[in-house]
Amino acid sequence: MSDLKISNLFKSFPGMDRPAVNNVSLDIKTGGLIAFLGPSGCGKTTILKMITGLFPPDSGDITLNNESLLPIPTEKRGVVMVFQNYLLFPYMNVNENVGFALKMKGMDKGEIDKKVKDMLELVKLPDIGNRRPKQLSGGQQQRVALARALISKPRLLLLDEPLSNLDAHLRDEMRELIVTIQQKLNVTTVFVTHDQEEAVLLADNIALIFDGELQSFASPKEYYESPINERAARFFGGVNFLKSTIKNQEIDTEIGALNYNQKNKKDLNSNHLLTIRPENIKISKTNTFKENYFSGIVTSIIFSGTNTRYKIKIKDIILDCSVQSVGNKEISKNDQVFVHLPEDKIWGMND
Amino acid sequence: MDTNLKKTNIYAIYLGAFILILPLIAFFINAFSFRWFYPQLIPKELSLQAWVRLKLIPKEGLRSLDGFIDLWLSNPAIIKALVNSVTIGVIVTIVSIIIALPAARVLGLLNFRFKKLIIFIMISPTILPPIAFVLGLNINFISWGFSGSFWGVCLVHLVPIMPYVVLTMTGIFANYNPDFEHQARTLGANKFRTFYLITLPAIAPGMVVAALFAFLVSWSQYLLTFLIGAGKIMTLPLLVFSTASSGNPALTAAISIVFIFPAIVILFFTSKFVSGDSSATSGFGKL
Repeated sequence: MSDLKISNLFKSFPGMDRPAVNNVSLDIKTGGLIAFLGPSGCGKTTILKMITGLFPPDSGDITLNNESLLPIPTEKRGVVMVFQNYLLFPYMNVNENVGFALKMKGMDKGEIDKKVKDMLELVKLPDIGNRRPKQLSGGQQQRVALARALISKPRLLLLDEPLSNLDAHLRDEMRELIVTIQQKLNVTTVFVTHDQEEAVLLADNIALIFDGELQSFASPKEYYESPINERAARFFGGVNFLKSTIKNQEIDTEIGALNYNQKNKKDLNSNHLLTIRPENIKISKTNTFKENYFSGIVTSIIFSGTNTRYKIKIKDIILDCSVQSVGNKEISKNDQVFVHLPEDKIWGMND
Repeated sequence: MDTNLKKTNIYAIYLGAFILILPLIAFFINAFSFRWFYPQLIPKELSLQAWVRLKLIPKEGLRSLDGFIDLWLSNPAIIKALVNSVTIGVIVTIVSIIIALPAARVLGLLNFRFKKLIIFIMISPTILPPIAFVLGLNINFISWGFSGSFWGVCLVHLVPIMPYVVLTMTGIFANYNPDFEHQARTLGANKFRTFYLITLPAIAPGMVVAALFAFLVSWSQYLLTFLIGAGKIMTLPLLVFSTASSGNPALTAAISIVFIFPAIVILFFTSKFVSGDSSATSGFGKL
């Protein structure tokens, strides 16, 4: 069992006006695949480096199985990190690179060779053991780096932007490989990414980090359905936001009164923000809706294959909605349409 | 490019090389000749007399292995000077690299306030003429008891050497990615093995170039050795100058050949590190 627990972690660097990592606490269960998501410079790689021990934190604690990692030197933590640019040692061949961690453990040569062979098969690169890193493609280097990291059976695997240096088609392949291997070896894995799509596709849970602060730690689904604040919602592709107020239990927005019945209704401030994802908005030329509907004018239509995106102006607000292209041909620009915001798809946020 | 032009260029390079080598040829002829005077285009007779007088080669009739060993073990001035020059050169090379390593790492990897000023101060010995600082230094060295001592000479040789070594090694670290070390650490290598297995191979080519500079700068140091050594520490350049002022061209030529010999040998063995293809000045950056 290797539960990773980060508590009240702080780290500042000289010359920065805010802490690089500001009071981050997280609980990660054994065997999980976790993403640290955030824009570049938000402190996610710094947290990884503190888990490996390459930087000491200013304060706070990191524990693995209830044992603090901080007094343990990097090489004895059993935490392996794969860096963004793979960092295969250039003057060693692939076999020597992959076997490096075992050699450091003092294992004998025959055994290392056997394990290296197995590991290279696991990452589907069985025949390149004698090549030099320079002779490998980016995707191959990434796999070798992964094999090198996993060979010593680490308690924790850390991946820094594992897919960002790869071409689009290699990315899908690599993503599948990471998930397969992670499940097969059941190693707790944390990866860092700035790409929300990557995080959603790979991770069981996502820690969203802005400006060194943890915004929330939740499943990908929750980020889509119930984001914690406007910034988080925007990061996950949210575009529709309505300023809204509560008056006598009624919710009044910029475009008119709404029914709202989500579980956080009683926690909302009197001034708050409502959001709804474009694909959850329904539109129609004739009014077939009973509640939460408004009339507006179509200002633009963008066809993008499966879906068509409409921008609809209601009062001074423009809402984006995305509708399946099939069977929606009758709406055209400047038409008056009725827009329905389903009660269970609207989400309110305090900031 | 047009082939004729290419050929002309190559000939121009040969001509340049020839002009550079010409004085050396004259040296060689002079060192192995006997009474080579003006109107003669080539010397009348070849002779090893200059080498005998330098006490590097025994007199005729004694030129057996034992003869050589006996002569050299009698510790003539030239052997003393050679031993001194080599030991001082090796010591200051090793010391300068050990001192420069952490400095170059910081200068190459980090940016901080006054970095340019610090670099300027560090390279100032290459700008200032040695006479400008050595006299002042000598007063201190006398009061510290370093004057006229072997270690005093080693210490003062570090002054002109450090700029070359630090700057060369800063160049390596400027393109060096310390994450390679971090990677090795997370894979279970302790600090010592990380340095030995990861850092050292990456900076080795650059260190060879730095060592080359260090040794050659020390090897050719005249003024500093002369003043700080107070005439007690005889090195090869000192011997070259005193021999040259004696006015015997054959003798001067012979000792000059001894003087340039290590430079040629070192360059020959290290030229692959100094060429543009080498990672000497780029660390892992180019790999």
